[in-house]
Amino acid sequence: MWDYTDKVLELFYDPKNQGTIEETGESGVKVATGEVGSISCGDALRLHLKVEVESDKILDARFQTFGCTSAIASSSALTEMVKGLTLDEALKVSNKDIANYLGGLPEAKMHCSVMGQEALEAAIYNYRGIPLAAHDDDDEGVLICSCFGITDTKIRRVVKENNLTTAEQVTNYVKAGGGCGSCLTKIDDIIKDVEQEVATTSKNANNGIKTTEILNSGQIATATRPLTNVQKIALIQKVLDEEVRPVLIADGGDVELYDIEGNTVKVILKGACDSCPSSTATLKIAIESRLRDRISKDIVVQAVEP
Amino acid sequence: MSVIYLDNNATTKVDPQVLEAMMPYLTEYYANPSSMHTFGGQLAKAVKTAREQLAALLGADESEIVFTSCGTEGDNAAIRAALLAQPEKRHIITTQVEHPAVLNVCKQLETQGYSVTYLSVNSQGQLDLDELEASLTGNTALVSIMYANNETGTIFPIEQIGLRVKERGALFHVDAVQAVGKIPLNMKTSTIDMLTMSGHKIHAPKGIGALYVRRGVRFRPLLIGGHQERGRRAGTENVPGIVGLGKAAELELLHLEEATTRERKLRDRLEQTLLAKIPDCEVNGDPKNRLPNTTNIGFKYIEGEAILLLLNKYGICASSGSACTSGSLEPSHVLRAMGLPYTTLHGSIRFSLCRYTTDAEIDRVIEVMPEIVERLRALSPFKNDDAGWLQSQEQTLAHR
Repeated sequence: MWDYTDKVLELFYDPKNQGTIEETGESGVKVATGEVGSISCGDALRLHLKVEVESDKILDARFQTFGCTSAIASSSALTEMVKGLTLDEALKVSNKDIANYLGGLPEAKMHCSVMGQEALEAAIYNYRGIPLAAHDDDDEGVLICSCFGITDTKIRRVVKENNLTTAEQVTNYVKAGGGCGSCLTKIDDIIKDVEQEVATTSKNANNGIKTTEILNSGQIATATRPLTNVQKIALIQKVLDEEVRPVLIADGGDVELYDIEGNTVKVILKGACDSCPSSTATLKIAIESRLRDRISKDIVVQAVEP
Repeated sequence: MSVIYLDNNATTKVDPQVLEAMMPYLTEYYANPSSMHTFGGQLAKAVKTAREQLAALLGADESEIVFTSCGTEGDNAAIRAALLAQPEKRHIITTQVEHPAVLNVCKQLETQGYSVTYLSVNSQGQLDLDELEASLTGNTALVSIMYANNETGTIFPIEQIGLRVKERGALFHVDAVQAVGKIPLNMKTSTIDMLTMSGHKIHAPKGIGALYVRRGVRFRPLLIGGHQERGRRAGTENVPGIVGLGKAAELELLHLEEATTRERKLRDRLEQTLLAKIPDCEVNGDPKNRLPNTTNIGFKYIEGEAILLLLNKYGICASSGSACTSGSLEPSHVLRAMGLPYTTLHGSIRFSLCRYTTDAEIDRVIEVMPEIVERLRALSPFKNDDAGWLQSQEQTLAHR
């Protein structure tokens, strides 16, 4: 027997929101329906959502499920989770959220939570009049598992979304490979592919993230590789514009970035600052120390003649 | 809550008399039966008695009994022995509905250069003897076919098969794990060369089984070591298990008539009442040639694991051909080979009775089962009054 949580058993023995929602012609209310799964695969779910048209809010949700204990519990959990959400909010509900709501599912039963998420998407896209083929490219791509009719597109998506690392996990989540097993090596290849893809994207993204973080915080000290000149100029300009100039302008002065040579930042003091007897103090305290703090301790600020 | 155990094709409870017979060999009689001292000799005698008891149940000679650890070992040993004894032959015939202990060995042998014919079955789970006939060649080393199917109870015409096999000079192995103790067997008048049985299916403990090997059949052992079992199965004997198996065999012989009368009546009452009370369900298997203790019923539009869990709530133990009850995601290979429609396939439940099954237990199942089916069908999108989606799926499946 599977090791089900108390929540799974509770929703299986006493399912909430089973049944259908019929269109009643009630003003401002529409019913959305989503169907996934099949009799041949051994589990299928039809989800009904009652939607308040003006607010896009889900007023009620009901389900009809053909399947095992965890399929029924996942369906029931899903309906409980989406009631009261807007459709956009509901679209953010993932299969992991469903599994978490249930206190977890046996690994081999994770496909039941995936079915819930897919039914939700199908219902919302149906409601919005977007043809299934337009948003659901899972059925496109190369057929990998002929036993359950699963394409590489779907496998890739689930591997990415759930950080899956083995063919066995893929089988647990979407059933692919759970029949004759002849596609398991192909699934392994897809996982490797996705892992490489994610690693490459992550490397690029990490570089981008570091730069972005630097730009946002103005902290060059945490950078793991040197800024380019363009990045440095942009960052100095950002610190000047956001942190230095407003203070100087408030006192009738201003500063303009003139040039950068290595760590030497050349600026033009303007307005009251240009003729101020404390202009050196302004340069060192208001500008240089701020740039050193935000970008690099080696920065030296010099004033150049306008 | 007391347990209503209707999963006897999976395993059976140990008969108290079997346990009683075993107890001395788990405590005071612990010597090695191969030892030369009197103490060991007492155990050797107990093993001999058990061999006689089992031989009586099978209608065999005691010298034809090889004790094993289980049915799987018996099947493996028989298949390997047959191939090793005829190295010039490279073809095996079996069926699509065998137990994995045979099927998976055959699949492995295919990777080692053997060719295997997997005979198909019809919608009742029966073989086509013409297909068998056509498959037999001079290169066929072994035909390995089960006596009765564990899931549906369908009994194959073993002796008719055996005659054809013998005509072509192949060895004939029968996995009779489900048949022993449920139907009369007589190896003396049989065409069977080797027959596998398992103790825990006949109220002996788990971890003991036996292989019948007809006298004169060349046999190469699977387990090699000492000279136990006349060199056909090495390893110190599991004396308590063997004693238990012997006692269980003796009791099975006594209860054999009961299995074919009282158990059959109980099974039939369960089956017929459920069919009458519950719409859209049908019996899977051969209605005429079927084990007396087994019924496999497909309840349309619902899924087996969900049925089992609700039955479990009432303390009722049964089994399902549903994928969700197994490690695999594929539903029962037996029911699939029979070509059952998916509407029935996933919702098939096996009830298997034994001599301990009572009228009251059957009454309880009859009482709760309609409610369980109704409850799950109320949840199902494929129930009768809402069949549009199902019809579209069936059309798609028909075009595959």
